[in-house]
Amino acid sequence: MKTQLLMATTALAVTFGAGAQADTLRLLTWGGYAPEDVVAKFEEQTGHTVEVTKSNNEEMIAKLRATGGGGFDLAQPSQDRIAGPQAEFGIYKPMDLSKINADLFIPSMLDATKANTTVDGEVYGVPHVWGTSGLVVNTAEAGSVKDYTDLCSEDVAGKVSYRLKRPTLIGFAFAMGEDPFAAYGDPAKYEEIMGKVEEALIACKPNVKTYWGGGDELMGLVRSGEVVASMAWDTGGWKLNEDNPDVTFVAPASGALGWVDTFALPAKGKADDVAYEWINFVMQPEIAAMITAAAGNFTASQGADEFASDALKARYQASFPPEAIDNIKWYPPVPAGLEVIEGGVLDRVKAAN
Amino acid sequence: MKNGARIGLALLLMPMLLWLSLLIVIPHIDMFLVSLRERVGVGEYQISFANYLTFFQEPLYLWTFLRTAVMSILATIITLLIAFPVSYFIAKIARGRTRSALFLLCLVPFWVSELVRTFGWMILLRETGILSNLLQWAGLVSGPVEMLYNDAAIMVGLVYTSMLFMVVPLVTTLESLPDEVIEAGYDLGGTNTSVMREIVIPHAAPGIVSGSIVVFMLSLGNYLTPTMLGGKDSLWFTELIYSQFIVRFNWELGAAFGFMLLLLSSLIVWGMLRLTGQTLERTMG
Repeated sequence: MKTQLLMATTALAVTFGAGAQADTLRLLTWGGYAPEDVVAKFEEQTGHTVEVTKSNNEEMIAKLRATGGGGFDLAQPSQDRIAGPQAEFGIYKPMDLSKINADLFIPSMLDATKANTTVDGEVYGVPHVWGTSGLVVNTAEAGSVKDYTDLCSEDVAGKVSYRLKRPTLIGFAFAMGEDPFAAYGDPAKYEEIMGKVEEALIACKPNVKTYWGGGDELMGLVRSGEVVASMAWDTGGWKLNEDNPDVTFVAPASGALGWVDTFALPAKGKADDVAYEWINFVMQPEIAAMITAAAGNFTASQGADEFASDALKARYQASFPPEAIDNIKWYPPVPAGLEVIEGGVLDRVKAAN
Repeated sequence: MKNGARIGLALLLMPMLLWLSLLIVIPHIDMFLVSLRERVGVGEYQISFANYLTFFQEPLYLWTFLRTAVMSILATIITLLIAFPVSYFIAKIARGRTRSALFLLCLVPFWVSELVRTFGWMILLRETGILSNLLQWAGLVSGPVEMLYNDAAIMVGLVYTSMLFMVVPLVTTLESLPDEVIEAGYDLGGTNTSVMREIVIPHAAPGIVSGSIVVFMLSLGNYLTPTMLGGKDSLWFTELIYSQFIVRFNWELGAAFGFMLLLLSSLIVWGMLRLTGQTLERTMG
């Protein structure tokens, strides 16, 4: 079967000649999304080379904006960060969905991502890896922390941390009983909600040990015991759980925030066919399971769960009872210009005494 | 012959001219143009000074700049106070191998990257770090002490990072001061302080000025040290520029901030030169 497939590919390669020659795929992605074993396997099967650049949402957009969408052939921004930047800067090109094997994806996730990344009737993204952000809690020392606002309570004073970025603003807004996502389309209402969050965060400041900037910094703070509760990604909590069974990821009472990282084609990408090949390659259940093992997050690949390790599944189920999964707040697309409101709030919180 | 010399001069200057125009002048012109754009709608821009107005109207930005500038000046002064005796010892008192060894010791920390050096300070200063444990072991404090994440930690980091840039110009200028001049000062009845004040410091002035300018500019433009060692209140101006460019996608405001930084820091250096009666020509010559 495998040889047949290989022969078929070879035949295809011969027929298409130039189109299928060995190319380089310049991939702009997150740490763990293109592990070495997966890259090696892809290179071996297709003869292409993959150059991986690790980044984050903001840097990806900034990098692509600087070149007008050049320098990379495939990027992996979060699904809520595609429509806005695309409308504003035009850094992506529409996806040719006929080149993607839709059977490999979990249908509901594929449809939701397509809907969220549609600009002027064109689809710009398909889902890859998903996960949530919520709270990492040392249950032995800070069992009382159940929601974002609990980070500001007396009993954990001086031993909490969070990131001064937009997920924190959104998380606090939900924990305070607001619905920031519903206000996305209404800048005045959004500014009002953010104003309340700003007050809460400034009032909370004496409680905070420091604002963490990167995943490694957070790991260090929690491992050393200097921080007992923090806002963090689910994988961070599960990784810490391996070293210290007391520390784990807790889905906040007001709902964990769900994100989906996608595949999107930069506007000036030069190897679209290889990009599609890569997408179809990594979405195969066995390969997707390898990525889950490296990144710690689950993928939108249909059937990959079966291949995931039992330890990870157990951690996932402990953090997410069924009602917590239903309560996940998925990020809707961020309208262009919203970052300016949030930016002002974050700057003022950081500067406040 | 004259023609040949002219071509030679042009060729010699070429690398520097290329460097200046391609990497400094042209990007700055582009940045300036970006800073003059104001976003009016999705993908629509118009020319205005709105970004510069924002800088002056939002007190936060001005305060952050002032804070950064004051702390950089302070860092420069502390660096000078520590580096001067060190340089004097290396240039005038130490001899032979000791001198090379001492100079090398100042250089050694710069063989590792700034990131690693800053991490080193984080390991030393943090609550569960070496200093805190040492103090507890010695019985000087009862519980863990947190020395990281405050302005003092930033100051330590800045002074440490810029020490070499003060020591090198100071050693060079102090070495050029003949020992006989100092001896003559003592022979003529000078005391330690008067010799220092009347002979050594005036001679070292160009070194002090150029060292101070470099250290001040490096501190003002430092991004890594303040973000890593600084606490929840320590906003540094470069951090603001970074977040405007990368996090908020607001290149227009970021570019305006960049230009204000360039302008205001040049102004501060000029003011300091005037205040101390120095000129740039004397410093360089």
